[in-house]
Amino acid sequence: MAEKEKTEGMLSPYRVLDLTDEKGLMCGKIMGDLGADVIKIERPGGDIARNIGPFYHDEAEPEKSLFWFALNTSKRGITLDIEELAGQEIFQKLVKTADFVIESFPPGYLDKFGLGYSALEKLNPRIIMVSITPFGQNGPYKDYRGPDLVLWAVGGGPCMRSFGDTDRPPFRISYHSQAHLHAGTEAVVGALVALYHRQTSGDGQCVDVSIQDCMNFFPTGDWDLNRRVQARGQSLIPVRVTHIWPCKDGYVMWRYTGGPMALRYSIPLVNWMAEEGMADDWLKSFDWANFSHYTTTQEIIDRIEEQTVRFFMSHTKTEMMAGAIKHRIMLYPISSTVDLLDSPQLAARDFWTEVEHPELGTTITYPGKWANSSDVPPKISRRAPLIGEHNREIYEKELGMSREQVRKLKRTKVI
Amino acid sequence: MGRLPLEGVKVADFCWVWTGPTTTKVLADFGATVVKIESYKRLETWRIQPPFKDDVPGPNRGAIFNSINTSKRSVTINIAHPKGIELAKKFVAWADVVTENYAGGSMERMGLGYEVLRQIKPDIIMLSSALMGQTGPWYNSPGYGDQLTAISGMSQISGWPDRIPGEVGYYTDYVAPRFNALTILAALDYRRRTGKGLYLDIAQHQSSVHFVGPIVLDYVVNKRVAARQGNKDNHAAPHATYPCKGSDRWCAIAVFTDEEWQKFCQVTGQPAWTKDTKFATVQARKENEEELDTLVSAWTINYTDMEVMTRLQTAGVPAGLVATAEDQMEHDPQLKHRHFYWELEHPEIGKYRAPRQPCVLSKTPCEVRRAPLIGEHTEATLKEVLSMSDEQIAELVIEGVLE
Repeated sequence: MAEKEKTEGMLSPYRVLDLTDEKGLMCGKIMGDLGADVIKIERPGGDIARNIGPFYHDEAEPEKSLFWFALNTSKRGITLDIEELAGQEIFQKLVKTADFVIESFPPGYLDKFGLGYSALEKLNPRIIMVSITPFGQNGPYKDYRGPDLVLWAVGGGPCMRSFGDTDRPPFRISYHSQAHLHAGTEAVVGALVALYHRQTSGDGQCVDVSIQDCMNFFPTGDWDLNRRVQARGQSLIPVRVTHIWPCKDGYVMWRYTGGPMALRYSIPLVNWMAEEGMADDWLKSFDWANFSHYTTTQEIIDRIEEQTVRFFMSHTKTEMMAGAIKHRIMLYPISSTVDLLDSPQLAARDFWTEVEHPELGTTITYPGKWANSSDVPPKISRRAPLIGEHNREIYEKELGMSREQVRKLKRTKVI
Repeated sequence: MGRLPLEGVKVADFCWVWTGPTTTKVLADFGATVVKIESYKRLETWRIQPPFKDDVPGPNRGAIFNSINTSKRSVTINIAHPKGIELAKKFVAWADVVTENYAGGSMERMGLGYEVLRQIKPDIIMLSSALMGQTGPWYNSPGYGDQLTAISGMSQISGWPDRIPGEVGYYTDYVAPRFNALTILAALDYRRRTGKGLYLDIAQHQSSVHFVGPIVLDYVVNKRVAARQGNKDNHAAPHATYPCKGSDRWCAIAVFTDEEWQKFCQVTGQPAWTKDTKFATVQARKENEEELDTLVSAWTINYTDMEVMTRLQTAGVPAGLVATAEDQMEHDPQLKHRHFYWELEHPEIGKYRAPRQPCVLSKTPCEVRRAPLIGEHTEATLKEVLSMSDEQIAELVIEGVLE
């Protein structure tokens, strides 16, 4: 996607300098998709996050990281070594015309190079500095390390302390870090609250994003009010009921419910089963008004579930979802990435975005806009930058350096 | 406290359950005037769901309600009453932002769709946060966060490869509000600059799929379908949660680099096995991971989770205890230092604690005030915001409009 196609977005007038590693990449991605001019600043040779897989055709090269692609859309990219004096001077120049700096270095790192907030504020009092770290800028844990699994643990996420098999350890969601995506997304919230304040006051400020705080989303109120902690895997009901069911090609999520909610849940499903001749007379005339996880016996529940499993096993996830929509049943499939790409809903919402990667001679389908807004929706304006792709554009055209100066910076490995 | 950053932003909030109220809590904690429009006729889910203070049910006693509705005002309006709709529209005329998270199409059916709202207030920003959005074949499909977690691709990659997908609860309920809040904030800035309002038709589903972005690309490009991996990471070992002293106590340990491995070995006192070549490199450790995990567990079980975490982190090895609610609220020195929970005084349940916003702003931090009792601000708000007289309000009460 060429630069000239850059269209108006909600955040079009703003410039973001993105110094983050994998902990904060999501922040700039979202701001870029909202139209901001995000400049990803990488160290010469490229960010380490480019080494994170999966990779295009499994070729583990810095220009082929799909992880990098996904989290750096709508950004331009330059290389700059901010540990070098010459690099610091260039960064300071860039700060003068920027609105946001986002970074995820250990607390105090930028101060060491005279690039902390107190220094940048003098260059540009309107600058908003967003810092994303595992445990925040202060406190006894501020220098502790926090990869995803550790942050899931201290955050006490649902699969860590509530759900799960009691004969297995607490677990996280597999693959790339969810914690970093939470923090990067939340950081945009903080950045934009600071922007709102700046519009009235003229002042920038610091936004301190602790990933631990972001991961601490699971309710704690029962402890707070009643000093009660639910044991891991503990069921709150006296019977065994199935929630995740097998079907022909995977799993669906479904729960039988009685009382008034049975109208929404149980009755339409049994009617559908009956239509296909897969509910016996007993089930067809079952008294759902009095069904309850507290009073209905295990024997009866098992009898209902036996027929249900047979029915589910005769249908695919796609068929189950189509039937759930048709019969208005609150049942959902457990989707794989294949199912997501096949989803008629996501297609109808124009969610998927084709992004050109000319260097790879291909086009890749990306998750696109999260909001179908009436005007200026979020939009991927360009693929992730190559290493130093916009060095000339920024250093020569914008900062007015000569070709020779840029060559020299390159030779001395500043850029 | 100084001026809060979003002071002056006016929100007519029709949200309920989790995703919507969590979104508007962001705006309220940062100082927006959020009027939660609810009804005795159809009580908001978390006003009737346990846990309650002392297990005594009551619309003002819910733990979750009081945690995710901080800093808001409550106004009760019976929307089913014709005059109720008229009153709701007056709040729309007052508001900068209208928020709702019913199933797709519901607001339109109630006569409060975007087109209607725009007639009342041309530059209104409206957030609709339905599960599936307002269009498409599944638009009006209702559901909860656990179901959205299933269909958004997270359940499939949660849990153990040899078992059915593991539950991660209402996971997307913690993802979607962040996208909602940031998009409203972006829209507020857009409106300030252009004078234009916006309709934000956000599908919680679409926001959530962004959290599986990299594995979506892996399928698109490499046709690899992501499957559950337990706690495994391709580039780290040890990388799991390990049992510690006590009942169901665990500590996560994640060793990525050789340097971290060396430090890990030092902390464990360098028993013979740590020198075994089969654990010398990360590749070797990955190949012998099952045996490694057994040996690590045999070490961790001798210590409390806090001891394991502190000893390893002090040495520079990533580790974190698996926190319960009690750990977080009473024992976590970091959360305490950073004043994560605010102690609030509530007229019915007494002292309780609610979380602040995760982002700490140096000049304009959020301020968490207790959640409202049902209808607590109805009369005052009708007077202040809509300039209604006592007589007019009395009439609405008699006609059942404010139930």
